[in-house]
Amino acid sequence: MTTVLDRPTFGAAANLTCRECGATYDLGPGNACEQCFGPLEIGYDDTLLASVTRASIDAGPRTMWRYGGLLPVAPVVDLQVGCTRLIKADNLARELGMKTLWVKDDSGNPTHSFKDRVVAVAASAARTLGFSVLSCASTGNLANAVAAAAARAGMRSVVFIPSDLEAGKVVTTAVYGGTLVAIDGNYDDVNRLCAEVSGEQEDWAFVNVNVRPFYAEGSKTIGYEIAEQLGWRLPSQVVVPIASGALLTKVDKAWREFSTLGLVDASPYRVFGAQATGCSPVSAAFKAGHDVVQPVRPSTIAKSLAIGNPADGIYALDVVRRTGGAIADVSDDEVVEGIRLLARTEGIFAETAGGVTVATLRALLDAGQLDPAAETVILNTGDGLKTLDAVAPVAKPTATIAPSLAAFRAAGVA
Amino acid sequence: MAVTVRVPTILRTYTGGASEVSVDGAATLVELLDKLEANHPGIRTRVLDDDGKLRRFVNLYVGDEDVRFAGGLATPTPDGVTVSIIPAVAGG
Repeated sequence: MTTVLDRPTFGAAANLTCRECGATYDLGPGNACEQCFGPLEIGYDDTLLASVTRASIDAGPRTMWRYGGLLPVAPVVDLQVGCTRLIKADNLARELGMKTLWVKDDSGNPTHSFKDRVVAVAASAARTLGFSVLSCASTGNLANAVAAAAARAGMRSVVFIPSDLEAGKVVTTAVYGGTLVAIDGNYDDVNRLCAEVSGEQEDWAFVNVNVRPFYAEGSKTIGYEIAEQLGWRLPSQVVVPIASGALLTKVDKAWREFSTLGLVDASPYRVFGAQATGCSPVSAAFKAGHDVVQPVRPSTIAKSLAIGNPADGIYALDVVRRTGGAIADVSDDEVVEGIRLLARTEGIFAETAGGVTVATLRALLDAGQLDPAAETVILNTGDGLKTLDAVAPVAKPTATIAPSLAAFRAAGVA
Repeated sequence: MAVTVRVPTILRTYTGGASEVSVDGAATLVELLDKLEANHPGIRTRVLDDDGKLRRFVNLYVGDEDVRFAGGLATPTPDGVTVSIIPAVAGG
């Protein structure tokens, strides 16, 4: 028998701690400090964290919940998320003149993006905290994940999206049967509305508003998995796409935790960030040497990264600077080329965010900021099938011919 | 006519639980925050830092406009407009 039932409801989590002023609060709903409005994060009981070993992880399920001892809630809602493939990308490495390159491909999750990870934790927290409605502001991938998780958990979902989202993200949310509200505005407008609505509908769990401290911890599991899949060690470099910046900071947090707990050797690594030029407030702050992020109005095909006022932008800057990394941004044409390059070399069809990451990898190499000889991991956070429009103009049949041998010979495709 | 101020949950201890309060005769956000402070002592220092600047993790909107894109704290607050105070740490 396992001892799952004996696990504390909130795992190793002890409290909510303000990242800015250190004020602490009881575990529960809430995302902003009552003293300074700073972000609340999960505080852990270090003794409980220290009980996690390679053996205890190895004995766990083949899902992200194998790292449950390092998460702030027990898996009440489980869609078999995580343990996605880590692919050695030798062809892409050769094309870019790199020595060792890996792609962590999170398009293999149940709703085809890394957002299933954060929602698994948020939905479990929502249930544990007594909420019956799951809600979010989303650029699309989160909408899919919330609607699907709510369906599976038997909860109502109310999902808010910008009205100009890709059809591939609207359909893949609406199909789960929840309430889907399209807002005439950009993501920052949607996010603002949700922050206001969450003050009215206090019985709704907005995964990325009032349950955000729990939600964000789910992203750590992608970092844990990379380390375990590399054979319990850390890579030298990682390139992470930046929308809110939360994913980048949590990959770093995962590797610091693994190092502290002795699950990996504490080898140095550099964290790099990727943005689309049409929404690059964090990249702009990095280049300008600023420690604040000036909000922008997004205009890019990489809609899943189109957050003009990123909540964790300053913390992403901190991580990148502390580890000696860099942040760069790429044009929409380069994003399309990045999607095609990854598809052509490795057989992985990434969504626009993945195109941003591949193109930024190339830009960082060209600029001499990323070491081609050092082992590197890049994150593909979503599936190209959701953003077909981005590549449809350049991904077409080579030839359309009559069903005859003569036509085949004439087409010149042999 | 007056200005309506929408108050986030974590500041409602200052407004007796009210999610909206009304403020009269404030031409700009600076004046509005002064009057808000007079009516609800302590609330201003939750929104502004020691230098009188908008706190890093607070977003202020006049109507639909994020004041960081407009005139900052000098942004006019005409009668009838709604001002929203919203925690910045959300989303993503």
